[in-house]
Amino acid sequence: MSERQIQLEVLRYNPETDSEPRFQTYTVPCLNEWVVLDALNYVKDNLDTTVSYRWSCHMAVCGSCGMMINGEPKLACKAFIHEYPDKIRVEPMMHFPIERDLVTVAEDFITKFASVKPYLIPKEDKPVSAGEFKQSPAELMKFKQYTLCINCMLCYAACPQYGLVPEFLGPAAISMAHRYNQDSRDGGRDQRQEVIASHEGVWECSFVGACSEVCPKHVDPAGALQQVKVASTVDWYKEHLMPWGKK
Amino acid sequence: MSRKPYIREIPKTSWFFRQPRYMRYMAREVTSFFIGAFSILLVVALKRLSQGPEAFQGFLDALRGPWGVLFCLATLVAAVYHSTSWFNVTPQAMPIQRGEEFVPGKMIVGAHYAVWAVVSLIVLFMGI
Amino acid sequence: MSKSNKPIVWGPFAAGGTVTAFITPILALLALFAAMRFSPSLFTYEHIHAFAAHWLGKLIIFGIITLSLWHAAHRFRITLFDFGVRADLVVATILYMIAAIGTVSALFSLLSI
Repeated sequence: MSERQIQLEVLRYNPETDSEPRFQTYTVPCLNEWVVLDALNYVKDNLDTTVSYRWSCHMAVCGSCGMMINGEPKLACKAFIHEYPDKIRVEPMMHFPIERDLVTVAEDFITKFASVKPYLIPKEDKPVSAGEFKQSPAELMKFKQYTLCINCMLCYAACPQYGLVPEFLGPAAISMAHRYNQDSRDGGRDQRQEVIASHEGVWECSFVGACSEVCPKHVDPAGALQQVKVASTVDWYKEHLMPWGKK
Repeated sequence: MSRKPYIREIPKTSWFFRQPRYMRYMAREVTSFFIGAFSILLVVALKRLSQGPEAFQGFLDALRGPWGVLFCLATLVAAVYHSTSWFNVTPQAMPIQRGEEFVPGKMIVGAHYAVWAVVSLIVLFMGI
Repeated sequence: MSKSNKPIVWGPFAAGGTVTAFITPILALLALFAAMRFSPSLFTYEHIHAFAAHWLGKLIIFGIITLSLWHAAHRFRITLFDFGVRADLVVATILYMIAAIGTVSALFSLLSI
């Protein structure tokens, strides 16, 4: 197994003593098959126990270890050392406040995510005795990719509009709303439209497309948002130009 | 323990230098300036056309010269960039599902390029 | 939060984006020829006048010009915001006004041909 010396530049910020962040460099002997998260764990275990960062599964499922790696939003567990030069800079995800070191404040995302009602709202109440809600494979395919979202927030770290307009609902929340709107078992679209068809909803998006490019699970939030725009536009013209139609 | 989150300011006039994908995005957005200016040129051309042959000739004379050439060239480049960037994302905005599977994005993009080529050739042969 | 009225301008923006993607490059190429004195027939008076005299020609010209105008106006509004111009209401008013004036002007020109 080959070993390689890496200079790991880690953004440090201690809210109790620092007025602003600084970088601290660690020399890490890395194995070739390591990911950046392994390098961080090496630092924590062997060099500096005070470094704070979030992680859990180490396999791109939990969505905890999102950070900027050489300026690019990445999961640290999916960023292989061999794809990087000898100097690797890790920073907390852009567009989020820094709680401490690589840990960001996620409240804004969590509030927004909850606001789009990301759960099934059945069309009608059906007693359990009436049986299951049936869904064909084609109906499942309509939204399947969006279910792969792990709420890692990398799309928010990539989205410049979220950075410029913090009120923006953002990629993951809106594409999750789209996921339920596309679900044949769901009847909650009207309720979600009130949130996502607002100014701060989908209309702050200008289709930069960065969200889809950085998504570690290959979800396409940018596509979802454009589809929401098209559907909301059709809604608007129906509501305003054809008032005789059903509201 | 009290919290004191640190907020990194995003520079409002230079944020797009941070990543190449942001620069590509801004290039796409700036095409709108040339598309817009060219549309205004067409509005003016139409007005001169409605005023008779002399007025229209006057418009053509004004278009001729280095500035006209430069403007048309810049518009051509911007318009081609707009077309490619627009067609390349159509499968994202308007996916087509046939049965279970979605039609591959490449096919949707390819169809747009084919129509683009046909439309361009028709206009070229009619207009040259 | 209430539903936004953005669709009013987004509809023409999206339609215009598609139309300009198909047609503007070739129009710009022909205009470039005209500017370089190659005189394509699209830019000769008799030819284009005959086209604009037909109702279908009028419809096509009007469609292309208006949709291009509204597409560009809306996207340029976003562009200015992205460059850091925060007076969005002023920017939007001016740009949409230009698009509206262009629309009306094109309409009158076409009706008088």
